[in-house]
Amino acid sequence: MAQLLPHKDVVIMGLGWTGAILAQELTDAGLNVVAIERGPWRDTASDFNIGYMPDELRFAVRKDLFLQPALEAMTMRNDVSQTALPMRDYSSFLPGSGVGGAGVHWNGFNWRFFPNEFETKTHLTKRYGAKKIAELQLEDWGITYDELEQSYDRFEYVCGTSGKAGNLKGQIVEGGNPFEGPRSREYPLPPLKMPYASTMFAQAAKELGFHPFPLPASNMSKPYVNSLGVAMGECTYCGYCERFGCANYSKAAPQTTILPVLMKKSNFEVRTECEVLKVNLRPDGKTAKSVTYIDAAGREFEQPGDIILLCGYGLMNVRMMLLSGIGHPYDPSTGKGQVGRNYCYQTQGSAARLFYEGKHFNPFVASGALSSGLDDFNSDVFDHGPLDFVGGANVSCGTSNGRPIGNRPTPPGTPRWGGAWKKATAETYQNATAVGAQGSSYPVRGNYLDLDPTYKDRHGRPLLRITFDFPDNDLRMSQYLSTQLAKIGKAMNPKQMVVSHAAKGWNSVPYQTTHNTGGATMGAKPDTSAVNKFLQSWDVSNVFVLGASAFQQNEGRNPTGTVGALAYWAAQAIRERYLKRPGALVPA
Amino acid sequence: MPRGSGPSRRYFLASASALPILAYAGETAARAISGALPWHPFAGEPPKPVNPAGWYFFTPEEVVTVEAIVDRLIPPDQLSVGGKEAGCVVFIDRQLAGSFGKSSRLYMKPPFAKGLPTQGYQGESTPAGRYRDGLRALNDYARSNQGKNFAQLKGAEQDAILTGLEKGQIDLKLPHGLNSQAFFELVLQNTMEGFFADPLYGGNKGMAGWKLVGFPGARYDYRDHIEKHNVPYPHGPVSIYGGA
Repeated sequence: MAQLLPHKDVVIMGLGWTGAILAQELTDAGLNVVAIERGPWRDTASDFNIGYMPDELRFAVRKDLFLQPALEAMTMRNDVSQTALPMRDYSSFLPGSGVGGAGVHWNGFNWRFFPNEFETKTHLTKRYGAKKIAELQLEDWGITYDELEQSYDRFEYVCGTSGKAGNLKGQIVEGGNPFEGPRSREYPLPPLKMPYASTMFAQAAKELGFHPFPLPASNMSKPYVNSLGVAMGECTYCGYCERFGCANYSKAAPQTTILPVLMKKSNFEVRTECEVLKVNLRPDGKTAKSVTYIDAAGREFEQPGDIILLCGYGLMNVRMMLLSGIGHPYDPSTGKGQVGRNYCYQTQGSAARLFYEGKHFNPFVASGALSSGLDDFNSDVFDHGPLDFVGGANVSCGTSNGRPIGNRPTPPGTPRWGGAWKKATAETYQNATAVGAQGSSYPVRGNYLDLDPTYKDRHGRPLLRITFDFPDNDLRMSQYLSTQLAKIGKAMNPKQMVVSHAAKGWNSVPYQTTHNTGGATMGAKPDTSAVNKFLQSWDVSNVFVLGASAFQQNEGRNPTGTVGALAYWAAQAIRERYLKRPGALVPA
Repeated sequence: MPRGSGPSRRYFLASASALPILAYAGETAARAISGALPWHPFAGEPPKPVNPAGWYFFTPEEVVTVEAIVDRLIPPDQLSVGGKEAGCVVFIDRQLAGSFGKSSRLYMKPPFAKGLPTQGYQGESTPAGRYRDGLRALNDYARSNQGKNFAQLKGAEQDAILTGLEKGQIDLKLPHGLNSQAFFELVLQNTMEGFFADPLYGGNKGMAGWKLVGFPGARYDYRDHIEKHNVPYPHGPVSIYGGA
């Protein structure tokens, strides 16, 4: 029997990016906030210590900072004809764990989505006709870029983002991304210093008539004091970023941006190594009254609260809704139901790997988001009229992971061991780079999330089941992108080039990306979305669901910038609308 | 409780408002934190370098077999020492004796069904078990085909067996539904880890793997080199504990 605890105004599940943002904003509004976090407390000085953070085996290979499957796994299959089995180790994607969540181990790419991407269905239908997107299950997000612009700006200035604006209040600016939506002001910091490979890429792309720009990086190009007064250090290009916490206070994470302020507040408390089991609804099912959680010693508690915020990783938010009976589970056979609908991933796999002789790319001189890229083939920047797909990809070239357990390129045909392998490895380490494409992932009826009928977690609750394969539309996009990558790669004059694209049959084994989106999507209509434009559950009005679970589709860009912006947007709606008049903010 | 006065890093730094029911001692205790950053000095958890003496997992016969394998996967030549001299067997031994060998962080609940390749390894056997079964079967195979243990074969004969395993052409008839090709992949992966991981884990002796490719290791600051395009980095590697 769970022990009943004293009431709080706000109860948050998970203290990662969205939990930290919401807690900061709502404690500022005077509310008493508690965050229930499954993983441990983590801070820079102790847990991302410079003395032992540069350890590839511990952090990148054995995944020390990530969620352990023993605590929570997920099952996967490519389609409903297969039997889902548990991913016994996470490897295609790596959910975060502990205070800071995935905000600890990300690279720092801090993007905005394009204005048309919040209204994809309307936009593409208008431009190409409904037939063009008939095989997809696209929906508008119920929000516009203009509404979200200030929230993007807030997140970028909290994070301290290095970049170059391409569109300032409608004015196209040389050197930035000319295709982006208008920004109200310049990035808080100038771009990072570019490495050799990125410079070669930018020059080749420019000569081909494309529009390269430094990708927006929440790795500090200079010392920075953020909008909350928290000081951050200059990035040292150490090469231990993705999968690592930053020991230099140079990568934006909740630890380096928000927690130093939030943790000092007496109206905030975090309970770590405490896992939320369920959100408890009132008998009418229209509001939630509390969450039940279990601590590390196995004791259960019931924490009542007026507002419940699901701030876990997107996939976990969806699972929590399904476990708690919030909203209606999606059924792919009828297309009805909302929770679990429009699960999307990211279409990786388009790449041109380039091999040279006599170069020194110094792949270890690297930062998380250190890249030059272009959007000439992203989103709907280019005319899809004569093409057989919609969507696109950001194309980029950078150095971020030169560590040699994971990065030992060899030319095709090289043996994987023995004397010939060793010779080729020694020769190629300094002589390889790649141009990659991070592609959009669009929803189809058969890709979705639900609860697994067989496999359970350590508390006996069903695991989340992922049913996903790359839609044909996205594979055609990937194929098209690979021809563009080949053009750019060729212009970079390699001695040898290997071009690839994504293929059918999502494989859960090789690492691809931790950009899982959808499942609790936002929208203007309750029949095709789980939450309204303020990320409020249509069904349970005091539950808000944060994170990339709200995305109706994923675009050719990293999701964190939009996750952060939506968190500020939702926090503002709670402060300015919900607290004045609790209840549904949008009539269903 | 004032900052830094606790007996261990797992103490509670609880504000007056924190709930007393949460305040109990224990290694995996939940914590309630409010009103301050719960940081105190010397709280880090640095890795413990392995002691290179002795064997924690492998039997003497297994040691000889794995030494022979890692010296074919990474042979000694003019470019670097081989896998054995680099400590790859010590590395694998310590990994198998620890959390990796036991699959302690993985999801290991039944039922164990035969999966599709896209679903990854679905076996019940841990890496430690897979090595034990695989090494025994490898020597059985060598003895029944060539009359000698694997380690006693000539280099070319050893290579032929390893190549056969890699290509899926040799079936060691492993127990517990284990796959011979997957066994080879596991050994190859762990050998490369040992050769390129920080030396504190027992492999990469003298930073041989890092020197082979020109990786500077744990330097952590390249601000003076980021804009030196196509220029070799002038310094050799350092490891977490400063040397090899």
